[in-house]
Amino acid sequence: MAYLRSVPRVWREREIKYRLIGGACRSCGRRFYPYRQTCPACGSEEVERVKLPETGTVEVFTVVRSPPSEFAEQAPYVVALVRLDDGTLVPAQITDVDPGEVYEGMRVEAALRRYRTQGERGIIEYGIKFRPLIQ
Amino acid sequence: MKPLASIIGYGAYIPRYRIEAKEISRVHTGGAERAPVRQKSVPGPDEDSLTIAYEAARYALRRAGIDPSLVEALYIGSESPPYAVKPSATVIAEALGFSRKLYGIDMEFACKAGTTAIISVAALVSSGVIRYGMAIGTDTAQGRPGDELEYTAAAGAAAFLIGPSSPEAVATIDHVYSYVTDTPDFWRREGEKYPMHTFRFTGEPAYFHHIISAARGLMEEAGLKPEDFDHVVFHQPNVKFPQRAGELLGFKPEQMKYGLLSGEIGNTYAAASLIGLANVLDNAKPGERVLVVSFGSGAGSDAISLTVGEGVEKVRDKAPTVAKLVARSKLVDYALYLRYRGMILR
Repeated sequence: MAYLRSVPRVWREREIKYRLIGGACRSCGRRFYPYRQTCPACGSEEVERVKLPETGTVEVFTVVRSPPSEFAEQAPYVVALVRLDDGTLVPAQITDVDPGEVYEGMRVEAALRRYRTQGERGIIEYGIKFRPLIQ
Repeated sequence: MKPLASIIGYGAYIPRYRIEAKEISRVHTGGAERAPVRQKSVPGPDEDSLTIAYEAARYALRRAGIDPSLVEALYIGSESPPYAVKPSATVIAEALGFSRKLYGIDMEFACKAGTTAIISVAALVSSGVIRYGMAIGTDTAQGRPGDELEYTAAAGAAAFLIGPSSPEAVATIDHVYSYVTDTPDFWRREGEKYPMHTFRFTGEPAYFHHIISAARGLMEEAGLKPEDFDHVVFHQPNVKFPQRAGELLGFKPEQMKYGLLSGEIGNTYAAASLIGLANVLDNAKPGERVLVVSFGSGAGSDAISLTVGEGVEKVRDKAPTVAKLVARSKLVDYALYLRYRGMILR
């Protein structure tokens, strides 16, 4: 049987992954994604949960052509660092694009998509990716 | 019937990819088959009926402009849910931040489930059980490779945020009428991947009988005639059926101008008549009257009569229009289509 990720872990992280919930550090002011209790910049535990803005800009990106087996059906796919409109940097997949269509500075918006399925019998994991902004 | 409730926000979503009917015909018949649509929408490899429903729901919420935590019902109509058992409504409600005091359910009645979701949520609002609720029709329909259905089975979603009846809303649901008989024109058994259908039997005794009975039933109860409506939308498994239904009922082609999209996006099943309604709302003027008649195999039709409200012009531009979503398209060939639909695996 295929390796199954922890179902409780997916459940615990659902709000963060469905709604783009990040952390805002009260000590150093840094905002980051995903939310965690300790600030990755200064180590403070004074971190607040914040709903991050759903639009941003592709800062840098790469194309994954040799994916882990769970992502094979989506390859080749684009992974980018997206600079959200509040300045937070989010690592995320860019979807609804061919690798050749992505460029630095591309305007994107968050959308709920399938991350992976846990084999034929397991759960389907969903979360936020980014796609070109539809205006 | 007193007005049931009002639509305060609406949103549609169509995946980006399209396959042309002539490309499907090239593979299976050497190009000989005359296709019932020009092209159909195809979901991307990370899309399913849940994710496209989320996109439509988010646009509906954006147009309604209300706090999502006030939404206390989510009814989703679909025949292609990602799970056999485990509702999509819970995921979408959680992702959009709806109230956790929530009447949430996934419904199935082939292509009719979306309009039935609207009627059900409108009834919850009308009875005072809730103030705001959302109804969605969504499908990523599957046709067996080579089957007639493969030319049209498409993907799309439409969502409607429903609240108390008000002339300032986007549109008010004035009257509803539903007509159902046991007619086995199309079905999919438990565990089967693709549906079966009874070819020509899907026409007269199924589609036309139910559409016409529901439309006439509504007009008779409400005391309305075809000419009282500015816009009419029928379920659209192809282009010809809804045109013929309109003709048989006495509607003119200009009344169907905005409600017929199947030629460009295919049959989006539970979303088909509702994306048509969304396109009407993108174009209609306040005071205009709209008739929507769905059809679901098995079989039944819901007829819904609406009056467009003052609010439509204020919310229209807050989310992408149907025309924009139809225009956002990228053609794929049959091989990529098979891959995106998970029919060939890497």
